[in-house]
Amino acid sequence: MNLTAIKSIYAFEMARFFRTITQSLISPVLSTSLYFVVFGTAIGSRIETVEGVSYGAFIVPGLIMLSVMTQATSNASFGIYFPKFIGTIYELLSAPVNFIEITIGYVGAAATKALFIGTIIFITAFFFVDIQVAHPIAMVAFLLMTCISFSLLGFIIGIWAGNFEQLQLIPLLIITPLVFLGGSFYSVTMLPPIWQTITMFNPVVYLISGFRWAFFGAADVPVGLSLMAISLFMAACLTAIWWIFRTGWRIRQ
Amino acid sequence: MAAIVSVKNLRKTYDTGFEALKSINLDIEEGEILALLGPNGAGKTTLISTICGITVPTSGTVKVGGFDTVLEYRQARSLIGLVPQEINLEPFETVQNTVRFSRGLFGKPRDDAKVAAILESLSLGDKATAKVKELSGGMKRRVLIAKALAHEPRVLFLDEPTAGVDVVLRKDMWNVVADLKATGVTIILTTHYIEEAEAIADRVGVISKGQILLVQDKSEMMSQMGKKQLRVDLSAPATTIPASLSDYDLALEMDGTVLVYTYDTRKERTGIRRLLNEMADAGLQMTDLQTQQSSLEDIFVGLVKDNA
Repeated sequence: MNLTAIKSIYAFEMARFFRTITQSLISPVLSTSLYFVVFGTAIGSRIETVEGVSYGAFIVPGLIMLSVMTQATSNASFGIYFPKFIGTIYELLSAPVNFIEITIGYVGAAATKALFIGTIIFITAFFFVDIQVAHPIAMVAFLLMTCISFSLLGFIIGIWAGNFEQLQLIPLLIITPLVFLGGSFYSVTMLPPIWQTITMFNPVVYLISGFRWAFFGAADVPVGLSLMAISLFMAACLTAIWWIFRTGWRIRQ
Repeated sequence: MAAIVSVKNLRKTYDTGFEALKSINLDIEEGEILALLGPNGAGKTTLISTICGITVPTSGTVKVGGFDTVLEYRQARSLIGLVPQEINLEPFETVQNTVRFSRGLFGKPRDDAKVAAILESLSLGDKATAKVKELSGGMKRRVLIAKALAHEPRVLFLDEPTAGVDVVLRKDMWNVVADLKATGVTIILTTHYIEEAEAIADRVGVISKGQILLVQDKSEMMSQMGKKQLRVDLSAPATTIPASLSDYDLALEMDGTVLVYTYDTRKERTGIRRLLNEMADAGLQMTDLQTQQSSLEDIFVGLVKDNA
């Protein structure tokens, strides 16, 4: 294992994050505050409680997941797409590193950035609502697994993308709708029965539900199922990456 | 000397069916500068990319320092530094960080003194903390070389290091290459500038249509294949070449004021003295004379034309 290489990729990617630290932080804090103002205070004041939790607090896990999933995906996809775009990928392909090391470096950095932003949003939420965390270890575990698995997905998108439009396409067309319809702002039980059934095909439901369980001890789906869903998703991403590097798809001729 | 890079029966056919490399065999000796000369699309970059691991070979083997570039890619690639043709650099990072990154990527522990020394040797010492995007084109090329040298490779590939570069910068780059050679690094450079190969290479390989047509010591190539010309200025223009001189390879140029004699340097006798005597006998008076060696360019054009 070329640990020095992993460390170098990780540090180089994190440097990109810290170069733009202000905008990296201001944007999630601002958008989260807006969500709290609109959903938590304005609309939330008309909704008393959801599953015994004040609506303002209820949306916190969903809001964190929303940002973490989109940030992890966009950071990881950009991280590997940018070297492809500017041509510096040649160095990665001619270096004595294997795909596991490259993936750990890039995905690790993207996951760290997403975790960082997730934590910032969590802290911001404290300024708006009272939050209790019922299962802190499970909360951290869910957050970590989400950061890593969506960074893996982003990594795949970055390798696949042939231009900047494609880089935006999947996050915009697939991830954002799935996250919004995955129960970020509502409980699945609030939907009509037919939509409850349809929603169960959305993998994000399981992640948000599991994460919300870690906060409030109550969930839309059993927590074991949530854990299984995220593990399956991660395994699928890892398999795809293994295949990409084995065949050289879109990176090595 | 032992071959540090050994290419055996290397073929590369792209998915489109295009055969970029057709059974390449090439041994590169340690410490030499080999110039791979060929027209655009000859397969120069594909050959370099395949040796460096960017392109997967269809068949054949490449060994660097005795290590197979596919089976023992870690050891093999550790020995190689690559300077690509395009200026591919992270624009927002500082020069020293981008060089440090390259060193780390190749598994070498961080060594700021080493990085500083490399930058200094490439006249980039005062640009260490500058952002890459602030540098001139020539400096960016030096940063690419610094990155390639960051892990102290034994073999350095320079893919068209002076393509699109002005004359001053080109000479400057040649000096950089000469300095590198002095440190014992083996250098393989591709170029389609003949004068470049002629100026800095020890050996020249001519590549065309995915095949190596010839690899030879530069001076040997020139003396073996080079023809020389003797140009004789005549005091009065001649309209025809006298019949008594018909045994010689002669031509009249400049409206008959210059008589050009082409001869082979490989022959024991050049026939110059005899020709001059016979010219006097034929009544041709000369005012001056000079000789010219045919350049690598003439040889190259001849080879590529023969292969077409």
